[in-house]
Order: sequence, then C-alpha cells, then structure tokens
Amino acid sequence: MKISERVERVPPSGIRRFFELTEEMDDVISLGVGEPDFTAPWSAREAAIDSLERGRTSYTANRGMMELREAIAERSRERYDLDYDPDEEVLVTAGASEAIDVAFRAFVDPGDRVAIAQPSYVSYVPGVTFAGGEPVPIPTREADDFELTAEALREHGAADAEALVFCYPNNPTGATMSERDLEPIAAFAREHDLTVLADEIYADLTYEGDHASIATLPGMRERTVVFNGFSKAYAMTGLRLGYALAPPEAITAMNRVHQYSMLSAPTTAQHAAIDALDNCEAQVREMRSQYDRRRRFVLSRFDEMGIDCFTAKGAFYVFPESPWEDAEAFAETLLDAEGVAVVPGDVFGAGGEGHLRVSYATGMNELREAMDRIERFLD
Amino acid sequence: MDIRAELLSLLRENARYTTADLARMLGVDESEVAERIESLEDEGVLKGYQAVVDWRRTDEEPVRALVECNVTLDRETGYDDIAARLVGFPEIQSLRLVSGEYDFSLTVEADSMGEVSRFVSEKVAPVPEITQTVTHYLMESYKERGIEFSSDGDDDRLSVSP
Repeated sequence: MKISERVERVPPSGIRRFFELTEEMDDVISLGVGEPDFTAPWSAREAAIDSLERGRTSYTANRGMMELREAIAERSRERYDLDYDPDEEVLVTAGASEAIDVAFRAFVDPGDRVAIAQPSYVSYVPGVTFAGGEPVPIPTREADDFELTAEALREHGAADAEALVFCYPNNPTGATMSERDLEPIAAFAREHDLTVLADEIYADLTYEGDHASIATLPGMRERTVVFNGFSKAYAMTGLRLGYALAPPEAITAMNRVHQYSMLSAPTTAQHAAIDALDNCEAQVREMRSQYDRRRRFVLSRFDEMGIDCFTAKGAFYVFPESPWEDAEAFAETLLDAEGVAVVPGDVFGAGGEGHLRVSYATGMNELREAMDRIERFLD
Repeated sequence: MDIRAELLSLLRENARYTTADLARMLGVDESEVAERIESLEDEGVLKGYQAVVDWRRTDEEPVRALVECNVTLDRETGYDDIAARLVGFPEIQSLRLVSGEYDFSLTVEADSMGEVSRFVSEKVAPVPEITQTVTHYLMESYKERGIEFSSDGDDDRLSVSP
C-alpha cells in the first residue's frame, strides 16, 4: 500500500523505543510517564457513570455541550479575566492534542513555517508536518531557565513564520513563564504578525507564582489560540477531553476540521468535565500540592547526588543534566542496571540533548526507591 | 507555603516519612523538621502516630462497635464530666461529642461481641447521666482515615508516554 510522503517523513516517536525497552523488563519503576498517577476525581467519574445510566450516548453539538462551554468560559474569566463567548469562541475537543492538530490543519498551508519552542511535547512537529507545513524548531536553553526568548525567535528564523507554538508550564523541562517573560514574545508576535498557539495544558500545575496566559497581553487575544484540557490537572487523560479558546473566525475554521473528523468530543467525557469544573477544585489543589512535594523531593535528591538540575516550577517533570554526555546511553544503561526508566531529552527536540526527563507523577514510595536506585547506579 | 501546616499534612499522609524525606519535600533542613516535630509534640498538637490496619486480611479481627449515648446534664455535671468518666476505658477507642439526636459517639473495640456487649452494659450504660445507648456493630470497613481498603493500587498506565 502506498504511504503518503507526509507520513513517511515523520519518524516514529523516540518515546516509543523506550516504551518497548521498558516493557521487556520486570520490576521497573518508570519515571517516564507523561500522565498523572492519580485517578480522575470520583465526583467527575460518577457524573460520567450517571450520564451513561441516563442514556446520554449520542453526539453533542460539534463545538461541545453548551453547558460545558459556558463552564469553560467562566473558568477563563475567573482565572485570567479573559472573556470568551461560549457560543463562538470555545471548541471542545478529544483532548487538547486534537485541538492542536485541528489548529495546524486550520491555520497552516503547504510550505508555511511554524515556529516550535523546544524541547517540547513530541506531537507539534509531526502535527505541522501532517498539515503540510514546515516546522521551525526554536531551541530554549537551560541558561534562560528554558524560557522562550525573543532573541531565540529572531535567531532561529521565527520572523517569517506564520505561527508560533509553545507550551508553558513545559513538558519536558517543567519551565514556566511569567507575564513579564511573555511580554517580549508577545511583542515579537505582534511585530511579525504571528498566530500564537499557546498550549496551557499544565497551567493548573504551576508551583511558583501564578500561571500567566499570553492571551491576556495587549493585542494578543485576537491572534492567540489557547489550548487546555482535563488530562493533567484533573487526571482525566483517558477520557480524552480538551478545548481551544480563540476569536470566532479561528474557532469557526478549527470547527470545520473538527466537525468533519471528530464530529464531537466524547459525550461521556463532557459530562465528567462539567462536573470536574463544578466540583473538583479542591481535589485539583490536593493533587497539585502532592506534585509540589514530590518536585521538591526529587530536586533535592538530585542536588544531593551532585546532578545539575534546573529548578522546574510547573508540570510534573524535572529535566536534569545527564550525568553522562550521552543521555540516551545513560537512560538505557540505567534502565538495564537498576530498572529505572527515564526519557533522554533529545526525543523532545532542540535544546533537550544532554538532559533527561524525569516524571514525578509517581507515588512517593516508588519515587524514593527510584532515587535510591539512581544514586546507587551513580556510585 | 506554611511549613507547619504542610508538615502536619505530610505526617497525616504518612507518619513514617523519615525526617530526611520530610525535609526534602518541604525544602528545609532536616534539623528544622526535627525541631518543628518536637515542638508540635510538646504543644500537644501531634498526639501520636498509628497504623491503619485492614483487619480482614489478618486472622485476628477485633470486634468493633459504634455506640451512641444520650445523656442528661444537671447543674453539677457537664459533658466534660461524663467524658472524663468514660475516656479512661481502654475498650473505648474514640469518644466524641456530636450534634444531632444523640450526644456521645464512641468506638468500642474488644475481642468478641460478648465482650463489647458486656462492656457497654456494665461500664457505659450504668453511668448515671447516660439515659440511653444504641450499639451498632461494625460489619465491614471500606475506608479508614482516607485510605480505601479495596483499592489494588494497580498502575495500568503505559510505562513510558509522551
């Protein structure tokens, strides 16, 4: 069968190889997991079950249930003082990842350049490529606390891009960006007329300071698409529910792709999400406080081991420097010798080389054992 | 972050965290953690550290009962006086004054139903101010102190994911 050139050009995910290596072994403690170890709050799960009992199994409106869109808009108003019209400016999708894919297909023409702040979530480059666009990696550096800078944008050719994608708090580095850090990025986007795709899926998992959304900066709301969802903060990864917030013409375009592919996001998950927004704030806070403890624990263990590790301030990852120059060899040998899985940073793109992504979305007991094993391995 | 509140929360989560691990999670020195725990103990804030046991998985399940007590007070006798009469019995695991249709809520633990019954009828009911007791034998425990007993703790996530 003929495979399209677009697909052939995209290599399989580097994560996949580590997954296979890890699956072959017993007694592995995996710090390679990109999702919460918590289960979704019971209240949200119960709402999903209830919706099934009441037979709510049909499609919803393409853009998602109005009640959910209203709740999402309300949240944005409360958190960021950003008003989005639930009717025209909210799109509910099957995970934030669908929203991002739909955005690439809605905004990118063949040959269009899309600047991607890296290291980053592994789907942006393939997403742009599948849409026929040309990914332009913009590396961020540990020296800049893995923040995106206007200099990096200029230096790596973002000025003639159509769009810019970034994610803060960041997977894999755990970096965050404050409003002040975002201002030069916003200025650059305005100056070069870039559409900004702001992946804020980890927004609620910010441990130092408050999360800032670039859409709140002057002249940015009209050129920004904000992505968020329920996977990380509400521990609802498997329910596949996310959303995009953007001006009407952007949502209309994205919805055109969405309505012909997904039709509507999973109905059961939408019921769970309404409940999550209504009733689960306390549990989100509790999970955040658990992650924060583990973050401090892991940072302090790496410090004791003499491993240089940037002070991650969000998400559930730390991004230490690999003790060996070859991070991939280190990760493989560590897995083999001690049964601890971490992910070499280069699979996340430019700027990730020489680092390891260590997820602390793992219970304290396993985390403690994993850190002890790493320490033993280094001795 | 309120270190004292966070420390209490950590100890309530797992009282067996080592001082070193507590220090790491709080981002402070070990010596500070030790001092804070000591002063929490001295102030009587921290009363003890106990295990949560799922007795069904052992061969020595004790019999437990919730006992509701109604009392009448008079000029000389208040709730605290009645509580003082009861609190010293080792069979009474918890003793609380509650709002609603009865006054005291007790958890009583002994080796057999007979022992629990005898204890209630011979030691609790005869207290002059206690006008009525209702005993509920505990049949099954699903969750204690925030810990679910049926949860298998299985992690069905993919071992490595983006």
